[in-house]
Amino acid sequence: MDSRPGDPLPWIEAARPTYPTLIDRDHRLAELYHMVNVPQAVWIDETGRIVRPAEPAGAYEGFRRMNRATREMPEEVARATAQAKHAYLDAVRDWVRRGPASPYAYDAGAADARLALPTEAVAEAHVLFRLGQALLRRGEQAEGDRWLAEASRRHPDSWCIWRQGAAVTELGLAARPDFWARVDALGDRRYYARINMPGMP
Amino acid sequence: MITLVTDRGEVELAGAEAAGEALWLRAEDAEAATGWTLKAEGPCRDGVCVPLPPGRAEAIVRGERLDVAGLWRHLGKPVARSTRGDVWVLGEAARERGAALRSLQAPDFALPDPAGRLHRLSDHRGKKVLLVTWASW
Repeated sequence: MDSRPGDPLPWIEAARPTYPTLIDRDHRLAELYHMVNVPQAVWIDETGRIVRPAEPAGAYEGFRRMNRATREMPEEVARATAQAKHAYLDAVRDWVRRGPASPYAYDAGAADARLALPTEAVAEAHVLFRLGQALLRRGEQAEGDRWLAEASRRHPDSWCIWRQGAAVTELGLAARPDFWARVDALGDRRYYARINMPGMP
Repeated sequence: MITLVTDRGEVELAGAEAAGEALWLRAEDAEAATGWTLKAEGPCRDGVCVPLPPGRAEAIVRGERLDVAGLWRHLGKPVARSTRGDVWVLGEAARERGAALRSLQAPDFALPDPAGRLHRLSDHRGKKVLLVTWASW
């Protein structure tokens, strides 16, 4: 979900993926699938049915316990972070092999129960986001930024909207002090929701 | 020149006219951009027509021109426009987005890869798909 098509290219080139990598500059997928952060994943079966709706793709918020100066994490947090990622990938592999027989594949009722649905405010936010993006592409920086900020106010749960509009570090990460302040303001609320799989932190 | 952004993409319309909160399009431009056509029954899309109450009809339809923003608001769908009225976005209501998700049929989409080639989710019917988002930020 990158607005400037050039931004993700160095990462894509380094990873050399064998799967399609798509540029979603207006965050259309976030709108269609009600996604609020990255990485998030949706599992879709051969008939096009949603088997697992949008959820963190093995991501865990261990990074919140990171020392921001040294970027070091406590060992047990680093372990939990790695464990979440590997467990998620193992679950995906299990589903690939076993399809509906996989315990990680939701049947229709379970998938419906796990769906998070957008509100009118969220729908408005996506429209404002697209407006802001269109204006930024036309060089209308001030007005574009205003609409992005308004979009974020309507959909405060969306880290995609907020981070896309935020100032970035030299590495291109929206991880400057304003990001950390917003993360800290979550308090006990999760940055990444707990993934509904056994053993997930 | 007015830029109109819809689910179908972005289009530049020379024949469009913005007047306050109204966006007047020629009927053929409205159909191409939104899929809505003007029939005797009212605006129609995909075989479904929305009858407009007499006062509203006159406000949204004038001869061969349609105020798509007025239609959108009548349908309860979100609309946004730039301060100057030169860029407009016609979005989808939460009700429709939610209904699409509750159908559990993964909404189709078309997005370009870095080479500009369009890929659709529906290209991959018959295979399992893991849709994963990430970003450089």
